[in-house]
Amino acid sequence: MSDASYADELHGQGTNKARGKRIYNSYSDKAYMIFVNTFLIIALIVVVVPLLFVLASSFSSSDAVAAGRVFLWPVEPSLEGYKAVFRNDRLIRGFLNTIFYAVANIVLNLVMLLLAAYPLAKKDLKYKKYIVFLFSFTMFFSGGMIPSYLVIRSLGMIDTVWAMIIPSAMSIWNVIVTRTYFQSNIPYELFECASIDGCGDFIYLWKVVVPLSKPILAVMALFVGIGIWNSYFSALLYLQNYELYPLQLVLRDILILGDTGSMLLDVKDEMERQQLQQLLKYSTMVISSVPVMLIYPFVQKYFVKGVMVGSLKG
Amino acid sequence: MSNLVIYSTKSGYKTHSPVWEIKRHWQAYLMLAVPVIYIIIFSYLPMLGVSIAFKDFSFRKGILSSPWVGWKHFKQFLGNPAFFQTILRNTIMISVYSFFANLVVPIILALALNEVVNKIFKKTVQMVTYIPYFISVTVMIGMLLQLLHPNVGLVNHIIKSLSGTAVDFMGRSSYFRHIYVWSGVWQSAGYNAIIYIASLTGIDQEVVEASIIDGANRVQRVMHVDIPTILPTITILMILSLGHIMNVGFEKIYLMQNPVNLEVSEVISTLVYKQGLQMAQMSYSTAVGLFNSVVNFMLLIITNGIARKISSTSLW
Repeated sequence: MSDASYADELHGQGTNKARGKRIYNSYSDKAYMIFVNTFLIIALIVVVVPLLFVLASSFSSSDAVAAGRVFLWPVEPSLEGYKAVFRNDRLIRGFLNTIFYAVANIVLNLVMLLLAAYPLAKKDLKYKKYIVFLFSFTMFFSGGMIPSYLVIRSLGMIDTVWAMIIPSAMSIWNVIVTRTYFQSNIPYELFECASIDGCGDFIYLWKVVVPLSKPILAVMALFVGIGIWNSYFSALLYLQNYELYPLQLVLRDILILGDTGSMLLDVKDEMERQQLQQLLKYSTMVISSVPVMLIYPFVQKYFVKGVMVGSLKG
Repeated sequence: MSNLVIYSTKSGYKTHSPVWEIKRHWQAYLMLAVPVIYIIIFSYLPMLGVSIAFKDFSFRKGILSSPWVGWKHFKQFLGNPAFFQTILRNTIMISVYSFFANLVVPIILALALNEVVNKIFKKTVQMVTYIPYFISVTVMIGMLLQLLHPNVGLVNHIIKSLSGTAVDFMGRSSYFRHIYVWSGVWQSAGYNAIIYIASLTGIDQEVVEASIIDGANRVQRVMHVDIPTILPTITILMILSLGHIMNVGFEKIYLMQNPVNLEVSEVISTLVYKQGLQMAQMSYSTAVGLFNSVVNFMLLIITNGIARKISSTSLW
């Protein structure tokens, strides 16, 4: 029996109640456990109810949504909302753009990450401390919104796809986390051994370090991908062209500004259009969150590890 | 090749010249060249660009040949009482409020989860509470607007069915801060709790047993075992977030702004965006941004210093 369950049993929480081991479960302990469980159940309800409400609404009829008859289960189930979503060219374009931006950013970020983290994890690199300082200073002080905008502008990236890829190609935080991972997981002797066989840094990085650090690279790819999927700020700053808009900026028009554009043009009746507009918002929210939710099981396996690595002091 | 050089150092070659060092590790330094150039262009060049805060910038003249004007732009907002009474006040109130809420709730959640014996219940709560973290800000605010909508929102349906009158949550500036902060807690508490849960699982069970034998009840164990265990983690995260206390994230608050709540929702980041990019007052908004960065940086150094004095935990 493990230590943990022994401690629980000592405290009467173990499975073996029949043998009368409830020695110490005082009233204050019982009250405390009731408080703890109530708190957690409330937390669970508070998180789940809004999510279920959105999901249920998105599968209901527009009448039911507008009348507020939906709670946690679809009323008059229909796919009206989803049909309207797929009629919207802007939304689909936004989807494709975001997929492209996310993939491009993941690839570029991983390359930059390896190029920065691997050398900085090397034990005997004499000047690395200056470079570490150069990198980490940027975490605490930055030029700010306008000077960054001016730099991007003077590089001629405004209103091009480059503005969505290059400025987000590297995250110092990720570099530091990955470097810590390299330092603690890849023994230095491995490099000595390879270098005796005539292996240089590039070959070693590609043939030894990358295969050995797949978990952390997966975490980083997920971090970057989700970050790009969910952000709209750089697009708001750097893009004016509708054709290049990422998903989140299109969502902003639909969900926040209430601009459903061409989606509902064929609906003539004003009343019906307003009802459909409400429904449409729910379906849009669900559709746009599906990709991230689909990778959620994988994420949640690695993410916890990633957060853990990140918690180590650099 | 390279390891031949490595071994020759031991037999007395000149080992400390920069040329020797770079030659020995030329591949590693070549790799570093790419990120270093990148950081210089995209992080340090903007830092130089901050100089336009002291100039009258115009696109026609460019950064270098725009005329210097000294502290003019700083005087413009620091001399304006409205800046302190609204913008700075809003920024600090919102971020201090959300700092405490986001500090306390995840800790309580982690401590509570740590007490749960039923593994399935524990896992379920843990997994469900960090789903919202993966929802984008846009969808999140979209949900908020729908849920709190005066006519069709779920919350108002519930209020109405309990025989109350509908409340226009987004249309009242007095609700703004609470909605902003608690929706943020809703979104990130589960995720932020992960790190505390992880350090709580590292508690030595012998310490727990010893405290039980000494007659500590559950509350006392939380106070004297659990909390001291996670204190270093709390300290580090506190220092890190205090360094951002003046940064109210742009993305969320910008989406939540409407003409009614602007008096309480206008913060430094949204001001910088509106003044700089919508009204093209580049120099003025850079000055505001720089003021913000400097205050943040000083706060970070001060809190880190204090943390180092009173506890052994600090960033550097």
